[in-house]
Amino acid sequence: MKLQEYTESRHNFEECMKCTVCTAYCPVLQVNPRYPGPKQAGPDGERLRLKDPYFFNYALKYCLNCKRCEVACPSDVKVADLIQSARIRYDKSKPKLRDRILASTDFMGSLARPFAPIVNGVTGLGITKNVLDATLKIDHQRTFPKYSGRSFEAWLRRREKEQAAFPEQVSYFHGCYVNYNYPQLGKDLVKVLNALGVGVRLLEKEKCCGIAMITNGMSEQATRHATHNVAAIEAAVHEGRKVLTTSSSCTLTLREEYPNLLGVDNTAIRDSLLMATRFIYEKLERGASLRFRPDFHKKVAYHVPCHMERLGWGVFSEKLLRLIPGVEFTLLDSACCGIAGTYGFKKENYAASQAIGAPLFEQIRAVDPEVVACDCETCKWQIEMSTGYTVANPISILAEALAD
Amino acid sequence: MKFNTVIIGGGLAGLVAGISLQKAGQNTAIISSGQNALHFFSGTFESMEEPSQQLAELFSEAGIRTHYQAGVRLMPLGTFRPAALSLEDISLFPTSHFGKKVLIVNFLGYHDFFSSFLAEGLEKQGMSCRIHQLKLAQLEWLEQSPSEMRSVQIARIMDRIWDVVVQEVRVLLKDEDTVVLPQVFGLQDISVPGRIRQGIPAQVVFAGTLPPSVPGIRTQMLLKRRYELLGGTYLAGDEATGAHVHEGVVHSIVTKNLDSHFLEAGHFILASGGFFSKGLRSNPFQIQEPVFGLDVVQAADRSDWYQPDFMQEQPYMSFGVQTDAQLHAVRDGQALKNLFAVGSILGGTRPEMGTAAGLAIRSALAAVDQILRRS
Ligand SMILES: Cc1cc2nc3c(=O)[nH]c(=O)nc-3n(C[C@H](O)[C@H](O)[C@H](O)COP(=O)(O)OP(=O)(O)OC[C@H]3O[C@@H](n4cnc5c(N)ncnc54)[C@H](O)[C@@H]3O)c2cc1C
Ligand code: SF4
Ligand code: SF4
Repeated sequence: MKLQEYTESRHNFEECMKCTVCTAYCPVLQVNPRYPGPKQAGPDGERLRLKDPYFFNYALKYCLNCKRCEVACPSDVKVADLIQSARIRYDKSKPKLRDRILASTDFMGSLARPFAPIVNGVTGLGITKNVLDATLKIDHQRTFPKYSGRSFEAWLRRREKEQAAFPEQVSYFHGCYVNYNYPQLGKDLVKVLNALGVGVRLLEKEKCCGIAMITNGMSEQATRHATHNVAAIEAAVHEGRKVLTTSSSCTLTLREEYPNLLGVDNTAIRDSLLMATRFIYEKLERGASLRFRPDFHKKVAYHVPCHMERLGWGVFSEKLLRLIPGVEFTLLDSACCGIAGTYGFKKENYAASQAIGAPLFEQIRAVDPEVVACDCETCKWQIEMSTGYTVANPISILAEALAD
Repeated sequence: MKFNTVIIGGGLAGLVAGISLQKAGQNTAIISSGQNALHFFSGTFESMEEPSQQLAELFSEAGIRTHYQAGVRLMPLGTFRPAALSLEDISLFPTSHFGKKVLIVNFLGYHDFFSSFLAEGLEKQGMSCRIHQLKLAQLEWLEQSPSEMRSVQIARIMDRIWDVVVQEVRVLLKDEDTVVLPQVFGLQDISVPGRIRQGIPAQVVFAGTLPPSVPGIRTQMLLKRRYELLGGTYLAGDEATGAHVHEGVVHSIVTKNLDSHFLEAGHFILASGGFFSKGLRSNPFQIQEPVFGLDVVQAADRSDWYQPDFMQEQPYMSFGVQTDAQLHAVRDGQALKNLFAVGSILGGTRPEMGTAAGLAIRSALAAVDQILRRS
């Protein structure tokens, strides 16, 4: 008899036994006393909100949506989902212009890219940063992600024929970051997959996964993107292709946030949507092989991004990196870097963001690696800005280690 | 993914097994669906004798400091309980009369520490007590969120400002021979409780708070770090949802996050805990082990599961997974050849192995022994 069918509560909040374990792992609670914490903001608050929406607390906006509370909870309460869906349901304030700008990563990307050298120059200037700080409350101490001159999509389109010649085909959900800011990661993925006899295609048309819209009060736009992306991915899946990703946050959004927060059904694509590191690891496990440079040597420290931790797939990146001959591997302690997408860009969050990341930065300095490996683009900005160490996606390290 | 041994459950039993196997050269994985009973750990390993050489080494290599002396310890509400093997934080006394005059210090605004119950209990033992609420500027910002002024939040600050507490207590101290402080020290920096003892010219006793337990979380972190340092793979937040079993042999485990990617191994250890950790689950008719569907020793009639008097010993606490003499888990009456059940999932079915932490450690080491002897 399936008793759960009759007793399951929204995001499992009734399962909470008030053990307080989640509060010990929330990074925000450690630095911001105005934040009510996962237990209060999540299952405890849900009871009150169900009674009367009046009890919705605007301090819920301080939640990073890092999901560490969910990973820690022994009772399978979806604490962060509770908090984010409460924000979606009850937060009636309109997102500020600043939040709209930060959240619209693909729109901003398509605007900025043609003027990349100018935009990069301008956003790098002290004066611009001060203006952004004063007008939009984007913290002036932030370094901005650079925009690339040519988009990844344009680059790959020029190679369509060459890619189609490979015996096996996958589609790639590259995300805004690879497309506009760092096409090199996409190129690295193509190099590795080609070495495995796999050709790479674009989706019919992909849109930003919408993660930043969800956390910035723009869930309607996010839902539109979700519906679009699920259909686009489904089309590729129908044609028998897996769809690969290189960003842990895009992946978590496509896989978990779409159904759990936005109510967009993704069952048709769930099993075919994989982080590239998982796809490659599984291929190697089944007998495929890669040829590595004999002289490769690198001291690598791997940081598992929060969303990777929640996906539970960090193990594939770890094992893949360990497999590269010449890699001296350290696994960093599981900790949040503090950036959480657009969160750390906001002036009101800057100090908290840096304080959250401090223990991680300290550990990185102590390990002193040649490169920090990490599957998340915003962690990359944060760690590079805060420590000066270079951060690379495991795929890029793999590509670098391949024999030509 | 292939391992020598896959362990389900990353609490005390799972981690002790994992560390021991990694040390012996095995390649292992631990799947753990959430945090565990160590987060409520009092600091005393119940039903444990003096640790063997092997266990003492395991603890000290992980950075866990313990001591052993049969006696009693102070409980959070001012009562006493027999105790032996404990973390160094825990004071062990030959008798419950451990001082004459006691200064109990709490931090202003912290409600998870029961100073007045403690005083009442100690006064019953003939000790005179004075309670002081210490106001610390460094804790003030925590008061902005009264519900979140918890042990762990305070401990994070104490790792940095423990010397302020030492100075303040030195000033407060009159003719007391003993100081009682809440157990909120040494979350990251394990040397802090020792330094406080050194700095205060009186006997210092740390008393338990409401959860989460600071010494418990520290113990968990140190064990996990040690396991990962030895190359173990800890899959945090993942849940074993099923297994492939053929002719009495387990081949692989299915997990929620890895879905179609199974975890294969030669041996498996089930250390998924008791009711609290959902290693055992109940519905109105039955108590079940959800991953393998193992046989669970239980009273058939639900009315025999519990005593109506809440304070009585509850029969359901003794229910647990059925095992053979070597701790192989039993399903449909048949022992599975390469699956061992250890820790609180055994309930009271193996009384000779003790209870609580003693049961977790003893059964974990016994399973490790068998696995290593076979491979
Ligand atoms: C509140 C409380 C306080 C206690 N205090 C003490 C004390 O002070 N001293 C003492 O000696 N003993 C104490 N105990 C007894 C305690 O149970 C043991 O000491 C010991 O810690 C149990 O360890 P374990 O590894 O067997 O189980 P647990 O610590 O319960 O760990 C089991 C783990 O398995 C995970 N899990 C469960 N199902 C799955 C699944 N399907 N897939 C993956 N993972 C899964 C759980 O999430 C959990 O992390 C206490 C117990 C409780 C409940
Ligand atoms: S960890 Fe889970 S069960 Fe415990 S208080 Fe938090 S939400 Fe509730
Ligand atoms: S998602 Fe992260 S920031 Fe939000 S409550 Fe959970 S642990 Fe805290």
